[in-house]
Amino acid sequence: MPDHSLPAPALAAPPEVPWPADTLTRVPYWVFQRADVAALEQTRVFRGDTWNYLCLEAEIPDAGDYRASTLGGVPILAVRDHDGEIYAFENRCVHRGALIALEDFGNAREFTCVYHAWSYDLQGNLKGVAFKDGINGQGGMPECFRMSDHQPRKLRTAVVAGLVFASASDTVPPIEEYLGEQILERIERVLGGRKPEVIGRFTQALPNNWKLYVENVRDSYHASLLHLFFTTFELNKLSQKGGLIVDESGGNHVSYSAIDREAEAKVAAANEYAAQNIRSESGSYRLKDPSVLAGMDEFGDGVTLQILSVFPGFVLQQIQNSLAVRQVVPRGTDRTDLHWTYLGFKDDTPELRRMRLKQCNLVGPAGYVSMEDGCVGGFVQRGVVGASDRMAVLEMGGSDAESTRTRATEASVRGFWKAYRAHMGL
Amino acid sequence: MIGLPDIMAAQARYARCIDDGRLEDWPGFFLPDCVYRITTAENHRLGFAAGLIWADSLGMLQDRVAALREANIYERHAYRHVLGLPLLEEAGADGTRSETPFLVARIMRDGATDLFATGRYLDLWRADGDGPPKLAERIVVCDSSRVDTLLALPL
Repeated sequence: MPDHSLPAPALAAPPEVPWPADTLTRVPYWVFQRADVAALEQTRVFRGDTWNYLCLEAEIPDAGDYRASTLGGVPILAVRDHDGEIYAFENRCVHRGALIALEDFGNAREFTCVYHAWSYDLQGNLKGVAFKDGINGQGGMPECFRMSDHQPRKLRTAVVAGLVFASASDTVPPIEEYLGEQILERIERVLGGRKPEVIGRFTQALPNNWKLYVENVRDSYHASLLHLFFTTFELNKLSQKGGLIVDESGGNHVSYSAIDREAEAKVAAANEYAAQNIRSESGSYRLKDPSVLAGMDEFGDGVTLQILSVFPGFVLQQIQNSLAVRQVVPRGTDRTDLHWTYLGFKDDTPELRRMRLKQCNLVGPAGYVSMEDGCVGGFVQRGVVGASDRMAVLEMGGSDAESTRTRATEASVRGFWKAYRAHMGL
Repeated sequence: MIGLPDIMAAQARYARCIDDGRLEDWPGFFLPDCVYRITTAENHRLGFAAGLIWADSLGMLQDRVAALREANIYERHAYRHVLGLPLLEEAGADGTRSETPFLVARIMRDGATDLFATGRYLDLWRADGDGPPKLAERIVVCDSSRVDTLLALPL
């Protein structure tokens, strides 16, 4: 719902159709199409009161290690300093605006802008101006110039279970509060107390607005309908339970499914499908090498799938033993970069690591249960051309954005829009 | 002894097989305990083991084809592979290694044609009886870290 404490939205022209203020079940298609909406999102959402994922702590383990990223389109550096802390600041020289670091990642003793060699320490403080005192008494900066008056904008950073988040806002609540207890608990479930290790990084260029992807991530309704891999090969577990957690803001969610041990025990007692809990009595399509799905219950709780999102653009994924973080970066109204970082843990057994590698096949741009997500956003983006005055219908599972025991619902999609509208004032 | 002409012929047949849409024949270029992986230059350089596709058996390649045919949803498209000259390394005990650059254009159903991928095949070939040599290993190293929309057909 619109937050009326915000100034009126700075849209260049009135929307093609008003966004009904009293329901979360309608989303006008113009939000996926308008450049003025995209521009406003960068300031109100990404550079607004939100926490945005930058990188993994494990990617910058040593002093001087850095990774470049963007936040709300703004180039950002995340750097580990000698005090062990992680600092984030804008990757832009205070002199004439050039990028300070040109590589995506690396190790630096200091950062020196290539243009005029102004240099910065690992916390982003300006430390050197070339020829500051001129040459042979000629030229140089004026007496009144103080380096301390010229500093790149610093961002707040927070580390949660090895995930580095940053915020451009001074008023965003602390990360723990922003995530809420339930989300935090489920991040900890996957990453808590572990030493993650990157096993691969891929970028998928999506032909659609970023919101169509983050909707898709939160959409538990589509999973078994769009992604036919498990159904086709009759790999659906007989006894599954699942549910959906939507936090109070609406913007963060967890969708999960788990083996229902009670139901499984009953099935076993009835001696049905005794040999296995995989349905396979009539399948004409079988996997020739089913080892891809011979995952292990590494968290000991029977949860085979946990998709977790943090508003606006972060996803933590556990699909069996396939672990990944995804960063969603808008690149204009109809382009989005989706950065996948596949993870293992340092203490993985060789068998578990091998399973993670095999299960790469499930996810990513070529994933058996995810490749459709790469194109379906484009189908919407192309489908809604000329329909700016029409709206999507989000009524599956009711009209609220509350946690529920079923995944046949669009509650967390509505939740996203609840949070989005609050931030945007739309 | 596997020679350059054998490998060039096998490469040409491989490319034609995929570009003609005969996916069912594609696993036939591999040996039963083969490795097939698609990765990127950055992942390869950093030693990251994951892949966009990661297979360590012929069965997994056959499953990939079955999934593309029966389960996965994507817009109809085709590839055109253009292969460079294979660079042969000296044959070792485990077979003959070669490195071959490629360009792959993707032709969508509406006719839009884009350069979809460039990269190199890092191959290990072994003789298969009297027939043409087969792939014991093919690591597809794409130059770019970006994949447009999705990767369905194999490279």
